[in-house]
Amino acid sequence: MEKFTTLTSVAAPLPETHLDTDVIFPARFLLLPDKKGLGEQLFNERRVNRDGDGPRFVLDTPPWNEARILVTGRAFGTGSSREQAVWALADFGFRCVIAPSFGEIFFSNCFKNGVLPIVLGEAEHADVMAKAEQALPLTIDLEAQEIRFSDGRAIAFDIDPHRKRTLIEGLDEIGLILADDQADIAAFEARQREQNPWLHLTREQLTFFDDVGEELR
Amino acid sequence: MTGRTLYDKVWDSHAVKTYDDGSTLLYVDRHLVQEVSSPQAFDGLKEMGRRLRRPDAHVAVADHAVPTRLRNQPLPDGLAARQVSRLVDNAKAFGVPYIPMNDRRHGIVHVIGPELGFTLPGATLVCGDSHTCTHGAFGAIAFGIGASECETVFATQTIRQTKQKRMRVWLSGAPGPGVTVKDIILALIAKIGTGGGFGHAIEYAGPAIAALSMESRMTLCNMSIEAGSRVGMVAPDETTFAYVKGRPLAPAGAMWDRAVAEWRSLASDADAVFDTEVELDVAAIAPHVSWGTTPEETLPVTGAVPDPAAETDPARRTRLQKSLDYMGLTPGMPLRDIAIDKVFIGSCTNGRIEDLRRAASVLSGRHVAPTVHAIVVPGSAGVRLQAEAEGLDRVFRDAGFEWRASGCSMCVAMNDDRLEAGERCASTSNRNFEGRQGKGGRTHLMSPEMAAAAAVAGRLADVRDLGN
Ligand code: SF4
Repeated sequence: MEKFTTLTSVAAPLPETHLDTDVIFPARFLLLPDKKGLGEQLFNERRVNRDGDGPRFVLDTPPWNEARILVTGRAFGTGSSREQAVWALADFGFRCVIAPSFGEIFFSNCFKNGVLPIVLGEAEHADVMAKAEQALPLTIDLEAQEIRFSDGRAIAFDIDPHRKRTLIEGLDEIGLILADDQADIAAFEARQREQNPWLHLTREQLTFFDDVGEELR
Repeated sequence: MTGRTLYDKVWDSHAVKTYDDGSTLLYVDRHLVQEVSSPQAFDGLKEMGRRLRRPDAHVAVADHAVPTRLRNQPLPDGLAARQVSRLVDNAKAFGVPYIPMNDRRHGIVHVIGPELGFTLPGATLVCGDSHTCTHGAFGAIAFGIGASECETVFATQTIRQTKQKRMRVWLSGAPGPGVTVKDIILALIAKIGTGGGFGHAIEYAGPAIAALSMESRMTLCNMSIEAGSRVGMVAPDETTFAYVKGRPLAPAGAMWDRAVAEWRSLASDADAVFDTEVELDVAAIAPHVSWGTTPEETLPVTGAVPDPAAETDPARRTRLQKSLDYMGLTPGMPLRDIAIDKVFIGSCTNGRIEDLRRAASVLSGRHVAPTVHAIVVPGSAGVRLQAEAEGLDRVFRDAGFEWRASGCSMCVAMNDDRLEAGERCASTSNRNFEGRQGKGGRTHLMSPEMAAAAAVAGRLADVRDLGN
C-alpha cells in the first residue's frame, strides 16, 4: 500500500451531507471487475456535464479536478459496505477526505487503501471548507497530525495510533497478523475446539454441500 | 466487577489477543461470501500466494447480480455473468462450498445463513455486506466489512477491531393492528437518526422483543446499519433455540444440549451497564413510510410531506429540499396521495416466509391497481418453495404480482429488476438512497403489508384502512 506522510493540494468542496456510498459509487457499476479506472464512475449521477459548457460538478471543474483532498458534509460514506467507493475516490486521485462524520465501514475501508479520513468538529470543518471553496491549498501532515493552511495557521486532528502507523509505513495488515499473531490464533482455535466445538463445522456436516446443483428451474 | 452485556460476552469469547492500543484481534467463526465484495479479496490472496486459513468457515453464494427470472437459461454473457463465474471459480480454487443459483439452498446471504444453521448464537460472523447485522438476531456479533477485510478474514480468520460502545434499545408495549417490526425499526431510525447508533453495538431488548419471531428479529437487526450501527443484537432465548434446532449445519444430539447450555448464559447481566439507552413504546407506533432519500426521512403514513420552510436549521433545510426535489414531492402533500408505479416485495429485510404470508393475506381477494407493476422476490429458494407449498404464489399471481426466483433483485438494481428514472416504488427493502433501485428511481420504504396495500391502492396507503 502506498505510504502516506504529507500531502499538499487544493481541496474539493462538496458541502452536501449524507452522501452515501450509493451516491459515491452507484450500484450498477459494482459489476465492473477491477479496482483500476473506477474514478470514472465516481459520483457518476452528479457528473452530468463532465466537459460541456454549462455548470459542472465540482470534481470536473478546475482547479478541483486535480484535488487530492475532499472536504464534505456529515455522514459521508454511510450505507453499503462497497469498498468500490474508496477505490473510486483513490483512483480519481483523492488521498484524504475531511468530514464531520463518516459511515463506519467506509471509514475503515479508507485505511486499507492509503486514504486518510479526517473527522473535524464543526468550527474547524467550516474553516477548512472555506479554504476549499477559495481553492487555497491545504497541507495534511499525518506525522504531526495537523492540517496547515497557506496563511501558516494549523488545525490538529485525531487518529488512532495503529491506523496512523499503517498509513505512514504503508503496512499490509494481513502480513502483520501472519507475522506476529499466528501462534495466538492457533492457540485460540485449539481452545475453542475444546470449549465450543459446535462452532467448527465437522466433515460430516459439510457433506451437506456435496449435492449442490441446478435442480430448480 | 459490574455485569457484562451480551455483546461483551460474545466479544470476550472471541478475543484472540489485545494490542497495546486497546484494539482486539477478534476471531471470526463464520464468513458469508458473495460475488460483489469477494473478487478483489480473492485476487489479493492470489497475488500474495496466500491460502484460506479455514475453508470450512466460509460459504459462497451469488445473490446481488443474479436474474430473478429465466433461471433455466444460462446468464446472458456480460458483466453479471462474469462476476458470478468468477465467484464459482474462486470458490473452487480455494475450497469454499458454493451454492449455485438454481440450488434449493440458494438465496440472499442474510436469508440463507440462518436457514442453513450457518448462523449460530454466540458466534462471530462477517460478510462483505453492510446488512450482515441481520444475523445479530441470534445473539451473534455479526457485522459488515469491506473487501480488503474479507481478504484478511480469508487469510487469518481474524479481524482487528476496536470494541464499540454499547447501546440498549428498550422496546415496550404491544404493536397495534397493521403495525410490524418494520414500522418499529423505521420509527426508531426516524427518532435517533441515521447517525444515532454510530460507534455503538445495539442490543434490542424489552418485553416487546420476547414476543417477536426470529424472522421479525432479523428484520429489526437488519436495519441497525440504517441507524448508524454495524452491530444489532438480540439475546438468544427459547424462540431462538426452537428456530435453530434441526437446521442442517446446527449442532445436534449431545452437542446441541451443550451449545444451548452455553447460549443461555449469553444474555446481558442484570447489572450490565450500557453507554446509551433508548426507549420506544411500540404501542404508540403507526405504520411508517419513508418519503425522502435517507431512511431517517420517514413518517407515519397518516402524515404529510414536510415543509423545508418550517425548518430553522439551514443545513437541514437544504437537505430536506434536496430530498423533496429528488423525490418529486410537494410540501404539505398527504403521504397517502402519493401515487406509485412499482411495488417490490423482497430483500434481506422482508423477503422471508412470514413477510410473504402477511403480504399475501392483504392481497387475497384483491387486485393490484392497473397503473402498478408489482413483483415479489422471495429471499431464498427455501422461502419460494415453502410459499409455493402454501399456495402463496397463487395469491400473489392472482392479485397481479409477478412471482420470481430468489435474489437481491430490485433492492440494489444490479440485475434487470430496476426502476427507470422518475419511477416511484413502494419497497420492502432497506435503503431509499438516490438511485438505489435504479438511476433516478424513487423509493418509499415500508412493511410487506403496507407495500401490498399500496399495490392495491396505486398509491401509498394505510393498510389499516383496507379492513379485512
Ligand atoms: S437484499 Fe439488498 S440489502 Fe440485502 S444483501 Fe441484497 S442488496 Fe444488500
